[in-house]
Amino acid sequence: MSAVLKDQTSSTMPRAAAGTYLLEAEGIMKGFPGVIALAGVQLKLRPGTVHALMGENGAGKSTLMKIIAGIYQPDEGQIRVKGERVVLHSPLDALQKGIAMIHQELNLVPFTTIAENIWIGREPLNKLGFVDHAELFRRTRELFDRLHIDLDPEEQVQHLSIANRQMVEIAKAVSYDSDVLIMDEPTSAITEKEVEHLFAIIADLKAQGKGIVYITHKMVEVFNIADDISVFRDGHYITTKPASELDRDKLITLMVGRELTQMFPKTTVPLRDVVLDVRSLSRQGVFSGVSFQLRGGEILGFAGLMGAGRTEVAETIYGMYPASGGEIYVNGKRVEIKSPRQAIDAGLALLTEDRKASGLFLVLPVLENMEIASLPGFLGRLGFVRQRTVSEECEKLRQSLRVKTPSLYQIIENLSGGNQQKALIGRWLLTKPKVLILDEPTRGIDVGAKAEIYKLISELAADGVAIIMISSEMAEIIGMCDRVLVMHDGHVTGELKRDELTQEAILHLASD
Amino acid sequence: MSTVVTNPKALVAKARRLPPELSILFVLLGIAVIFEVLGWIFNGQSFLFNSQRLVIMILQVSVIGLLAIGVTQVIITTGIDLSSGSVLALSAMVAASLAQSADVARPVFEGLGGLPVFIPVVAGLLVGTVCGLINGSLIAATGIPPFIATLGMMVTARGLAQYYTHGKPISQLSDSYTAIGAGAMPVMIFLMMAVVFHIALRYTKYGKYTYAIGGNMTAARVSGIDVKRHLITVYTIAGALSGLAGVVASARAASGQSGMGLSYELDAIAAAVIGGVSLAGGVGRITGTVIGALILGMMTSGFTFLGIDAYIQQIVKGVIIVVAVIADTYRSKRKI
Repeated sequence: MSAVLKDQTSSTMPRAAAGTYLLEAEGIMKGFPGVIALAGVQLKLRPGTVHALMGENGAGKSTLMKIIAGIYQPDEGQIRVKGERVVLHSPLDALQKGIAMIHQELNLVPFTTIAENIWIGREPLNKLGFVDHAELFRRTRELFDRLHIDLDPEEQVQHLSIANRQMVEIAKAVSYDSDVLIMDEPTSAITEKEVEHLFAIIADLKAQGKGIVYITHKMVEVFNIADDISVFRDGHYITTKPASELDRDKLITLMVGRELTQMFPKTTVPLRDVVLDVRSLSRQGVFSGVSFQLRGGEILGFAGLMGAGRTEVAETIYGMYPASGGEIYVNGKRVEIKSPRQAIDAGLALLTEDRKASGLFLVLPVLENMEIASLPGFLGRLGFVRQRTVSEECEKLRQSLRVKTPSLYQIIENLSGGNQQKALIGRWLLTKPKVLILDEPTRGIDVGAKAEIYKLISELAADGVAIIMISSEMAEIIGMCDRVLVMHDGHVTGELKRDELTQEAILHLASD
Repeated sequence: MSTVVTNPKALVAKARRLPPELSILFVLLGIAVIFEVLGWIFNGQSFLFNSQRLVIMILQVSVIGLLAIGVTQVIITTGIDLSSGSVLALSAMVAASLAQSADVARPVFEGLGGLPVFIPVVAGLLVGTVCGLINGSLIAATGIPPFIATLGMMVTARGLAQYYTHGKPISQLSDSYTAIGAGAMPVMIFLMMAVVFHIALRYTKYGKYTYAIGGNMTAARVSGIDVKRHLITVYTIAGALSGLAGVVASARAASGQSGMGLSYELDAIAAAVIGGVSLAGGVGRITGTVIGALILGMMTSGFTFLGIDAYIQQIVKGVIIVVAVIADTYRSKRKI
């Protein structure tokens, strides 16, 4: 669908003459304590085009976008809007100069209506100076009609699904009628249907001569909608090319600066004894009758759609929620796991799905982030931590996991997503787990760090660790797993061996 | 924000900043120098080189400092303790009532005079500990915000302190009890507690768990920390420190009064915040809090020394607290 759209627009749209860019950013430098986020990058956006900004996590894409949207101020460099030099002091400043941003994190107020959220700060007023709600809702309906969004403007935002909230964010950004729209991973939380809808909106905006800066990790999307592609790496500008001159492999090579020879380094290792034996585990109203065995050295995948119950199974095994039925055996011994502590003591580890919400201690150093789950094993007298021993162990892991950080004392917030994830994996390896549960281990992580994490998972399996990998990414499930359980609506609907693994087979089991 | 960076390496080097406590120490020294200069100009004498004044200043800081050590730990877990001043009063009343000399008319426990000194001390500590335990249990078991739980305790404990003797002060305490508040004893107790909890926070499992809970409660739970139990521990420790402060305060005043420690909880929180303890949790050290308490104490002492109106002292103190929080906000913003 999108390919068609692109052809139409690029043939009907007048190409920008040289020098008439909607937006130019040049020589942009930005540093944070301990990190050079941007070391002199540029971006030139032509009217009526989608300009994709590509790069691994930590490449500096989001930082540049925040500078262009007025959230950060650059240390050096200049920004021109339609050829005119501007200094953007705030997001409001940027909006007034015609630059709107759709945020990766949703910024809506939950207890107010959709309409109020969209026009927040610029509500139409009646003669008495109160908000004119009728006019507010009318304008919203008009906007939604134009964008073909089927939502009630009077609905409260708290009742909306994540996907619909994202659509409201998009409508809000469009409502400013800006020339430049920045979209930072707009499709990360929406379904296929809404992606198509979004792409239709984008095509429409392009036809009006607007420019769109688009950040995504999804390769397919890029080649569907982008006209130009700029590549950043480690805060440096690499190149800008028309999308038609690139393909997936060339783009990845540009992004990582090297050829990715083997993305999934899955090795066949001899399977050892059964480590984890789960028998008809249930949690009332969430999932039921989940049974499986897991051997040392084995990588067992959990596939399924969002909400199929995979994360909940993992969290229940790990003792975060009580099971309503079923038994768990570790190394043949029945275990009662009622808390994460008991799970850790039984040899389980869980890398949670949402790094920021339930993994990282953002304000604490890397060291504290890594050691926290293993402290009971490193205690001397009076509850004192044997700090030198722990620090040495963490340092060893930091090196073997190649966590890029100036030191273990760096606040973990300053690390890139991939390095944060590696540090968290380090946290769990320090507990010497028999079973390592990885929930979406590569979500929001760049290609290079992904490959490293896959390699690590293979090495751990080779060392005899039993691994459960929950993932929504077909490629990694198929590439990494010895065996896959597919879940749908709280039930295991099938089991696939490595030689039976295909996208079709998984999808077939994952849907009704 | 808009510093020009020419050499990327210089920026990385800048990241290895001095600990925030050091900058607070400079603020303390700066204030001292200002008072010293003003002292010579207006009073014709030194502010700093007067041992009597310094002793009084540190003595005054000790009681609030004890509360601040407790509330620091609570704030690190993203909590708050509004009850410390009232718990101080209740502990002081109970301890004082058991510390009276043998032959004195007694408002409560008639005939229980001349008890060995450890009984009132233990009773005072116990009252504080129980109040802290109730705070922590309420927060952990019901999930109500710490602000509300400790606000309830603040009002309740103050009421109990007044009800205990129907507002009558308890005086004529035994010499062995008042010895706890005599001379440099309060300062010694305060500094000892500061050292103990500084070490506990930095080098023990207790401390690491406290920071982890403040950093991210969910992640702390996933990492195997019994968050509820640990929160109860932290609030109980804070309560025990309030109890200790009650003992010290009543011993120093040689009496128990239900109005003791009024609004001390706010001074304690202010000391922690000025000392760089972040209300967002996970950040802060006892050293910072101690310096923060000294800053507050020095302001009071310096203004009195210069003969500035007590009301104006209040106004300036309020401004300083807000400025400290602004500085803290600015500091954490730059860290993004």
